[in-house]
Amino acid sequence: MSAALEDDRRVDLGAIYAESNIGETIGQLDNDLVGLVPVKTRIREIAALLLVESARRGLGIQTEPPSLHMSFTGNPGTGKTTVARRMADVLHRLKYIRRNHVVTVSRDDLVGQYIGHTAPKTKEVLKKAMGGVLFIDEAYYLYRPENERDYGQEAIEILLQIMEDNRDDLVVILAGYKDRMDTFFRSNPGMASRIAHHIDFPDYSADELFRISELMATSMHYRFDEAGQAAMREYIALRMTQPRFSNARSIRNGIDRARLRMANRLFAGRDQPLDRVALETITAEDIRVSRVFNQQ
Amino acid sequence: MKITQGQFSFLPDLNDEEIKKQIEYGLDQGWSIAVEHTDDPHPRNTYWSMWGTPMFDLRDPAGVMLELNACRKEFPNDYIKVLAFDSNKGFETIRMSFMVQRPAAEPGFELVRSEGPGRTVRYTLRSYATSRPSGDRYSSAATP
Repeated sequence: MSAALEDDRRVDLGAIYAESNIGETIGQLDNDLVGLVPVKTRIREIAALLLVESARRGLGIQTEPPSLHMSFTGNPGTGKTTVARRMADVLHRLKYIRRNHVVTVSRDDLVGQYIGHTAPKTKEVLKKAMGGVLFIDEAYYLYRPENERDYGQEAIEILLQIMEDNRDDLVVILAGYKDRMDTFFRSNPGMASRIAHHIDFPDYSADELFRISELMATSMHYRFDEAGQAAMREYIALRMTQPRFSNARSIRNGIDRARLRMANRLFAGRDQPLDRVALETITAEDIRVSRVFNQQ
Repeated sequence: MKITQGQFSFLPDLNDEEIKKQIEYGLDQGWSIAVEHTDDPHPRNTYWSMWGTPMFDLRDPAGVMLELNACRKEFPNDYIKVLAFDSNKGFETIRMSFMVQRPAAEPGFELVRSEGPGRTVRYTLRSYATSRPSGDRYSSAATP
């Protein structure tokens, strides 16, 4: 054997991985969220980075904790909020944040109505989120270029300062539609440069939307029969071409309306006894009545 | 003369890391944390000034530390303490209280005698610091 150097110690990445239970969380993420490949890849990369960081710490290598502020951009209904909630779980298991909590805010919670009202309000929210994740939905509303006396800028400045000073106490996630967030970052370069991870949420394909619809139905203890599945596929294909399509959210609304029609159908035939299967099954006729089918 | 009060008064002053741990313990018990300050060191002075409202909805010590540091910045020469209030029925009181800042120089107390009828003598304590008006008591110019 060679002479033992001082830095002969070994760390077992596998053990750290097993101990953090992160495999389970990421597995769940894979199961529960359909598609979203770039997002999942990035979460895996972040998990790997944090694992290696903790291994480095184990050997006494001093490093600044990495900055994990993120921006989620994507069309409506692509799962930004859902992923933000999961993110808190992942970061908590990797011991990057101390508390597994997400504080979700929007412009109203940060920006005040009159001079001097904004700073305390923003600070209050930031204090509440400390130790966890602050999720700012529709973040581009913070900056209103058309009104130069808007107090949003003040909130942004306080946010920037805390993001810099309390980097190890708080993870800030901004979310919003792609084009508007781009404008937001262009006019706030300080914000763009303090955010290490810009993650773009792609739109779902028709297949993915169908899998999502099945997941949603299952989670509410409903299921489609065979004709119902075919109808749902057609529904999705048609709905995607129509205006105001917002990915998974439209699908959720579609299912909610199908539930309504199913309940009506069952109620109309209430003279017959129903079994469990009937109460759980959404049929083709519940879906095909939808306005989506005769809007051509 | 080092004035002590509340928990840990027999220990050396806590550093920020230790303060954070204590606050975390309090938060984990479901208590709400408050920060108070004063420049009147008399032991019977129970009414310290509140720094903001008690922080009822905080989950993490980092938020309290923000407030505490803001208070330290505003009153660098005051006594500051951190309190934890337990709202559970049956307690509804302060469960934790300890000092987190003291002035650089504490002049201590004078023994004051006042003569009563006959040859009665009544004794009381008076802080040297309180001979100056509030806000002016511990500034660096005031220390001898």
